[in-house]
Amino acid sequence: MVFMESISSWLEHTSLSHAVSVNTWAVPALQTVHIAAVAIVFSAAVMLDFRLAGVTGRHEPLRSNALPFYPRIKWALLVLIATGIFQIIGEPARELQNWIFWTKMGLIVVACLLTAATRPQLAEMTLAEHTSGGRARIRLLGVVSLVMWVAVITCGRWIAYAGGPAA
Amino acid sequence: MTILEICGWLEATPLGTTITESEWLFPTIETVHVLALTLVFGSIAFLDLRLLGLGNRNRGVVSLTSETLPFTWVGFVIAAITGALLFVSAATKYYANMPFRIKLVLLALAGVNMIVFHLLGYRSVAGWDHARQTPRAAKIAAVLSLLLWSGVLIAGRMIGFVEASHGFN
Repeated sequence: MVFMESISSWLEHTSLSHAVSVNTWAVPALQTVHIAAVAIVFSAAVMLDFRLAGVTGRHEPLRSNALPFYPRIKWALLVLIATGIFQIIGEPARELQNWIFWTKMGLIVVACLLTAATRPQLAEMTLAEHTSGGRARIRLLGVVSLVMWVAVITCGRWIAYAGGPAA
Repeated sequence: MTILEICGWLEATPLGTTITESEWLFPTIETVHVLALTLVFGSIAFLDLRLLGLGNRNRGVVSLTSETLPFTWVGFVIAAITGALLFVSAATKYYANMPFRIKLVLLALAGVNMIVFHLLGYRSVAGWDHARQTPRAAKIAAVLSLLLWSGVLIAGRMIGFVEASHGFN
């Protein structure tokens, strides 16, 4: 973590970091936009994954009405990355020296890959019309990707409480 | 009994003190609160955007409503329960917190907007269910909904910053 310490102390001394941290409204504003974008990603992922898991929309083909979720997740993720980067610039040590933050980053990659992997599964067939093996795979993918998004958000909230260098 | 006294009594209950004295209970309840409120905000936003003709234009309003509304309600009930628990843990502080008060007012207004739209604007939905152009009443309700719920989100996030020195995050 020595490397991260030097990176965060370098970031802290940049003028951009200074600009974010002296404006008392900047961090809450960034966090609020961040949460609004989380709401879009998470709601889309929940609604998509519930379909894949066979909890909702069991009587319609998996593909119908499901495709609009993907661009929403993509655009909201871009907002999340942008607001996330500015939060790191504003308070580098809070994030970069926190192991929960790095866990969150790893989980985001997994959650994105799993969510991207759900798209080719969306056929013009209901879940029941798939073979039992295919059905099990689709359901598992839905459940696991949803668990990953929950874990990402959980880590996000806990960065504020734990995981930093021992005081 | 004044409201402040009720708040004082609430935070002195075993429930209140248990949450306050625990290191992990408050953040855990807050995490569930965040998961639930993001579901509320996101599912409502999807419907509002459809009402504005900005998303899901190929999909019927009734069909979209029946998919999003259960998520909105389940999310709302969980957010209300976890929100009440967070309130009990520091009731007097929240009561005195201006963003918290604003948040409650905005929540109530968002509820009124939903009821008014449901009783007046939504009754004619059969006539514009699959239309890309929704009636003006639906658009106004959608804009108000997006503004009010964004206000709830902003005020909610500000709660922790106004009293930051008192241990909220």
